[in-house]
Amino acid sequence: MAHSGRAWTDKRMELIIGDLLRAGVVLAAAVVVAGAILYLVRHGHSLPHYRVFRGEPSDLRSVSGIVADALALRGRGVIQLGLLLLIATPVARVAFSVVAFALQRDHLYVVVTLIVLGVLIFSLTGARL
Amino acid sequence: MNVLEFTILVWLFSLIAGFLGALTGLGGGIVITPLLTLAFGVDIRYAIGATLVSVIATSSGAAAAYVREGFSNIRIGMFLEIATTVGAIVGAFLAAKISTAAIGVIFGIVLLHSAYVSSRPRRDRALDSRPDPLATRLKMDGSYPAPEGPTAYRVHAVPAGFGLMFGAGVMSGLLGIGSGAVKVIAMDQAMRLPFKVSTTTSNFMIGVTAAASAGVYLTRGYIDPSLAMPVMLGVLPGSLVGARILARAQTKLLRLIFGVVIAVLALEMIYHGLSGRL
Repeated sequence: MAHSGRAWTDKRMELIIGDLLRAGVVLAAAVVVAGAILYLVRHGHSLPHYRVFRGEPSDLRSVSGIVADALALRGRGVIQLGLLLLIATPVARVAFSVVAFALQRDHLYVVVTLIVLGVLIFSLTGARL
Repeated sequence: MNVLEFTILVWLFSLIAGFLGALTGLGGGIVITPLLTLAFGVDIRYAIGATLVSVIATSSGAAAAYVREGFSNIRIGMFLEIATTVGAIVGAFLAAKISTAAIGVIFGIVLLHSAYVSSRPRRDRALDSRPDPLATRLKMDGSYPAPEGPTAYRVHAVPAGFGLMFGAGVMSGLLGIGSGAVKVIAMDQAMRLPFKVSTTTSNFMIGVTAAASAGVYLTRGYIDPSLAMPVMLGVLPGSLVGARILARAQTKLLRLIFGVVIAVLALEMIYHGLSGRL
């Protein structure tokens, strides 16, 4: 039966997606905590500056800049890396779904999922309109 | 107030907001932006960026639990995500064009609407077993676990649902919220999904939608790590604990109180926006 075969694969797909999401959130939170400690130890006594909007410096706006800052163990860079991992978690979920639908030979949903993945990558790569 | 005190205070507020948001089903993110702007004087663009990140965290955390239970419909979610992600990018670009005062006023109105929608009881519509050809072609019909065994349902009005989801995406990108209220209208009222299915599928979609706008916010420099850090680390555990307690709590009074809090914050946002103080 084609239908029961699909139900089984859907179920398995859902379980893997659940694990993927949990792992992504836990990893992201751990990196943010590590960055928070670095940041607060060094800058805990300075004054916050959120009343005036200046925008983040360019190194905290791109994937390469964030990774470079995090490797240099700058607190804010490490936190931003954790936030980037968090943003990447749903993206990884969509990427996994492309593969899962392809294994199910569900071509319609491979296309649907690829469109969603394309939109996400467009937003993350700094698309400017 | 130095950075350490500010961080701890924002963390505590976010923890409580996440807890109450999950317990009442209204979402914790919805009160964070007004709190940060009104109580802490944070620029609304930083506040929205920080909230957006916490929305991804709670949605992914909760979805991890929901998908295991078999309520969410991955095909419906994936198809509608085309509409919400494109909408989210449009909303995020709009956020750069519109004045912060206008964003504040729109935020207040959406807040009032969400409080209203979630204060009304949700009832499943009578199941309609007529097949919708488009939903059939998109393989959306499914079944969910009920006490009496797997219950099948059919999906209706796919184009209307898709259109509403685009609107939900724009709101999400513009205001950094999950837009749960609009998503519920789209899936409960238009597509007539059983409400357990629509709640969990909407939660499942929120993370992907928020990731689309977060990408734009990040590259534009609206996501400040030192502000987003306490918000995310507060909302996430708060909402996870809230969701655990939800099953056995009497939430009627709590929903009412939280609804009033939201309404007050909404009016404050509108007032501040109109008087040009945002």
